[in-house]
Amino acid sequence: MMDINWWTLGVIVGLAAVTVVSRSFFFLSNREWHLPHWAQRGLQYAPIAALSAVVVPEIVMTQGAWIATWQDARIFAAAVGVAVYFAKRDVLLTIVLGMAVYLPLHVGLGW
Amino acid sequence: MFWQRRLQQHPEFRIGAQHYAQQALGQVAWGLMTGVAMVKSGMSVFESVAMTLLVYAGSSQLAAIPLIAVAAPAWVILATGFCVNLRFVVFSLHLRPYVMHLSRSMRMAVGYFTTDITYVLFTKRFHTVAQNDEEHTAHEAYIAGASFLNWAVWMVSSLLGVALANIIPPAWGLGFAGILCLLGIQCSLASSRLRVLAAVVAGVTAVWTYAFPLRLNIVSAIAMAVLVSMLAEHVKPAPAQRGHA
Repeated sequence: MMDINWWTLGVIVGLAAVTVVSRSFFFLSNREWHLPHWAQRGLQYAPIAALSAVVVPEIVMTQGAWIATWQDARIFAAAVGVAVYFAKRDVLLTIVLGMAVYLPLHVGLGW
Repeated sequence: MFWQRRLQQHPEFRIGAQHYAQQALGQVAWGLMTGVAMVKSGMSVFESVAMTLLVYAGSSQLAAIPLIAVAAPAWVILATGFCVNLRFVVFSLHLRPYVMHLSRSMRMAVGYFTTDITYVLFTKRFHTVAQNDEEHTAHEAYIAGASFLNWAVWMVSSLLGVALANIIPPAWGLGFAGILCLLGIQCSLASSRLRVLAAVVAGVTAVWTYAFPLRLNIVSAIAMAVLVSMLAEHVKPAPAQRGHA
């Protein structure tokens, strides 16, 4: 028997519902309606804020603590990634060159 | 949607698929990496496959992965996924007049299969809403063709990533590619100073409040960033927005 974690599966089903609801948000209802103006303004900032809230701790923290050393492959890879993005405006290249910095430092030097 | 024969036979179906095909390479890489990232975060193959088949949203999957790994409360994970997906809420407002002639269940199907790329392709090709049945069918066929290939490419590459992840040693830390991908998307959203401010405030707050229980640091960071950015709008008028919300 496969060991199934029902909690994780429930979260996955919930995330699928989030996909449907967010992508059809304004055409779920047959009635025309509008968001209040303040919510429309807030909507502009939430996506980048959510990404940043997930990403930044993954780069500068280890086991819930601020990283104590500069010898961490993640900071260098992230710095290169950001520089590459703004130079080339290409997410794929950001990943490829970021990993090109990350892998030698992480696997080679153990940072 | 793309399972409807009348749309598959329409010439616009093929055109939609061709237009998508020009964008497919990036999706292949992103799909592969999402597959690898799921397995490398400790999710089982069964869970990774279920997530791929059901969720069908790369950025919210990648954002959910580290939260699932530490067993954050479900509502925090879902709220984070929703926030990452808020750009689609904005897209749906734009697409509403294009789909209101369809039944609600068909509209939800169109919504589910509309990704960043197919949204951009569709709205680039059709600037105005269809005026008659013939035009409606052409629009539907185009988005169905693009959506079908998008879905197929994403599924194949993600599942391939799940399979490959078992061969690659965990010590390589390949899951970090998922973080770099989110970082790239984050940079692509930084289209105004106030959005950069939102990113900085959210990042600092998320680290600063990391000790909050239940990964509430994510929620507090989003709330703080939105609040500060909206207050900052009053300091100086916001410049014109570019790109996607």
